[in-house]
Amino acid sequence: MFKRILALIRKEFLSIWKDPRSRILIVAPPLMQLLIFAHAATMEIRNIDMAVLDRSQTVQSRDLISEFQHSKWFRNVTLVENEKQIEQMIRAKKIQLALSINTDFANKLKRNQPTNIQVILDGRQTNTASIANGYIASIVAQYEAEHFPQRLKSAPQINLEIRNWFNPNLIFLWYTVISLITILATTIALVLTSLSIAREREMGTFDQLIVSPLSAFEILVGKTVPPLIISLVMTTLMSLFVIIFFKVPFTGSILLFYISMVTYLLSILGVGLFFSSICKTQQQAILGAFTFQMPAILLSGYISPVEDMPMFFQHLTLINPVRFFLVIMKGLFLKNMPAEYIFQNLIPLVFIAILSLSAASWMFKRNLD
Amino acid sequence: MISSIEIKNLTKKFTDNEPAIDNLTLDIEKGRITGLIGPDGAGKTTLLRLITGLLLPNEGEISTLGLNPTINQKLINAKIGYMPQKFGLYEDLSVIENLNLYAELKEIPQNEKEKIFNKVLTMTDLIRFKKRLAGALSGGMKQKLGLACTLLGTPKLLLLDEPSVGVDPISRRELIKMVRELATEGMTILWSTAYLDEAHSFDSCIVLNEGKIIYNGLPHDLSETGKGFEQKVIELMGGFNPQPSELAEKFELKEHNVEYVIEALDLTKKYGDFYAVKNNTFHIKKGEIFGLLGPNGAGKSTSFKMMCGLSTPSAGTAKIMEQDILKNPSKARSYLGYMAQKFSLYGDLSVMQNLRFFAGVYGLNIFKRKDKIDQIVEIFHFKKYLNHDAKELPLGYKQRLSLACAVMHNPSVLFLDEPTSGVDPVTRREFWHHIKGLAQKGVTVMVTTHFMDEAEFCDRISLFYQGEAIATGSPTELKNMISPTATMEDAFVGLIERYNEKGVLR
Repeated sequence: MFKRILALIRKEFLSIWKDPRSRILIVAPPLMQLLIFAHAATMEIRNIDMAVLDRSQTVQSRDLISEFQHSKWFRNVTLVENEKQIEQMIRAKKIQLALSINTDFANKLKRNQPTNIQVILDGRQTNTASIANGYIASIVAQYEAEHFPQRLKSAPQINLEIRNWFNPNLIFLWYTVISLITILATTIALVLTSLSIAREREMGTFDQLIVSPLSAFEILVGKTVPPLIISLVMTTLMSLFVIIFFKVPFTGSILLFYISMVTYLLSILGVGLFFSSICKTQQQAILGAFTFQMPAILLSGYISPVEDMPMFFQHLTLINPVRFFLVIMKGLFLKNMPAEYIFQNLIPLVFIAILSLSAASWMFKRNLD
Repeated sequence: MISSIEIKNLTKKFTDNEPAIDNLTLDIEKGRITGLIGPDGAGKTTLLRLITGLLLPNEGEISTLGLNPTINQKLINAKIGYMPQKFGLYEDLSVIENLNLYAELKEIPQNEKEKIFNKVLTMTDLIRFKKRLAGALSGGMKQKLGLACTLLGTPKLLLLDEPSVGVDPISRRELIKMVRELATEGMTILWSTAYLDEAHSFDSCIVLNEGKIIYNGLPHDLSETGKGFEQKVIELMGGFNPQPSELAEKFELKEHNVEYVIEALDLTKKYGDFYAVKNNTFHIKKGEIFGLLGPNGAGKSTSFKMMCGLSTPSAGTAKIMEQDILKNPSKARSYLGYMAQKFSLYGDLSVMQNLRFFAGVYGLNIFKRKDKIDQIVEIFHFKKYLNHDAKELPLGYKQRLSLACAVMHNPSVLFLDEPTSGVDPVTRREFWHHIKGLAQKGVTVMVTTHFMDEAEFCDRISLFYQGEAIATGSPTELKNMISPTATMEDAFVGLIERYNEKGVLR
């Protein structure tokens, strides 16, 4: 039995690899999407418009402002009178950020005391905000080094106090790339499995498989393992990619990560196989897979929080594997979520996986007629 | 003599290898049916496509209806009808919708449409099925519809690329009759075919081999009878010298003492009120070759599928080596080698990968696997194709590969569903040579075919019609039911006609 399954698994890998369609589907979307994100996230941003509220009105504060005026990144530096103006300008998207320099700025510098500059960023434009933030930090550091070299002997003393309006803490990018990994893993697993049986049906090779000594169970195992391995590998690569290039922290347990990943993927593979067993052609199977995928993502809490959904949909999310897995992914990456919380989400996933795989094998056997 | 097609020193190469068409010179006479025959890969399809202008020649000249297809492809298109091997019928559209679509493609004026449709539909006898989806038509009717679509522009020249592959003898007779009527109206017809009896009835025939013409003349000049003609053509193609079948020699049959190896017991398949197969019962002895004959849609493939457990019977059951296919499907299937009607190996995998896969699925162990594969490569001459993707193989080799994969695990029972459909005469002989060899060794074979000469090779035949076996017996017995001098085809057509008249046979 093991030998037969092995032969089938090998064949599956070969067919996936030799079919240009599946090959592209595995490699292209993750590569493209992650590259686009990487590009958008590291892209240098120029021509930033900013406002400054200079309450200090001293030589020192003007020096600092002129550093901004002369930097290559900032285009218009508008001087404003009060915070109200800042708010209006950000709201109207006339500026992407504002500095607010305190009245005691010069005094504190002279007395060699720590001082604060408030940076206000437009949190709606997360990317620009986070990059501009970096620029500001480097300009301020440079200013300090040039004008007060003695201060550098201790730690830098001008503290930036950053407030992201509309999106405090700026975890949005991290949150997005992690959700993106989940969605891409889902797509890969779903597409590979939904194509696999339907393709054989379309080509007429399915009859040949059934007539062979392979049992229905063996065929299902053979059809599940290759997509599982491929999506596991792809997920690992994508996770490494975001950890290295987006500096997304990975705070949780790797073991739990893989246990949850395998469980999640199995539940998705079950859905894919289910569609593949019903459909006669690959086209139908792909369409079926997408009619599952879109609502599953919409109802996962990625777009809008589950708590905000109407009651009916909240109940519906209880059978949605994406919902639970998103929580696990965010927890493991960003929050160092303790094992017990992971299990709270993992156990429903196990049930969903059992449910979807049994539905698939039931449908598979039924459709042999 | 007026020629519709004149070809001078035509050469066509696809790669740097051997040319597909090699310095060919040919005239095709107007108003006649010319048969184009030859082994797979001889260049028949290439020649037809060159004549239409779909392919451009490397060297030489073609004149199609006085026009040069390289320059005037558009003009030629309007004057000819070309029916490729796989005619592009839209299976989700009805018969009339398909016709409408092709009429629009051929820019037939709206007011003439109805007249033309009536003509082609009457001629093809499809008028009753106007509203039926093309996908729901039988193989023979699909081909007729394809022909009807091809005839829409009232072409002066008709090019048919193996229109009768997979079509039963009755539908084939009708198809030929239709085309013959067209020829009397002055249409020129070039008809590529693998059926030599068909070619024998044409006005003229061309035998192509490796891109060269090896015979061009009247079929009756070669031989007066269809059988003699086939023999002569096979000799022209290099002949077939039967050596003892190596496949059969190397075959390791598991000894068994089962008397009836294959049994069908009241096998029935019902779709709604319609019986696809009705109360079918037969018992096949060890080493017998049992043929299922019958028109398209008679229920042969459905029976086949039920017997190997691909489809659940509505009633009754089948037994293979005394194992009930419903109760012990895995056990029953383990005795089985199955070759499906449609090529059903992995087209994206190479020949070698396919062989390895099936060896693995059949559980051959590593050492045995290598020996067995080497053996098969040797027997079927796969060496030069080992690393080719299966989908790129010539048809004859595809069928060989299917047979090879079906017998790899030394099954006691072999189910072959139209194994030689569309295959050239020499390969067909080779196939039957293997089949007979295996049967002598003790393998029990159940086979369907549309070739009447192949039916003669069977020990017993069951003639299927409308889901029922209307006659069963040895080929001689069946022929004697009609007359002592009847051919197999006469018996086939006669028995079905008799059934239609009386509702029962005896």
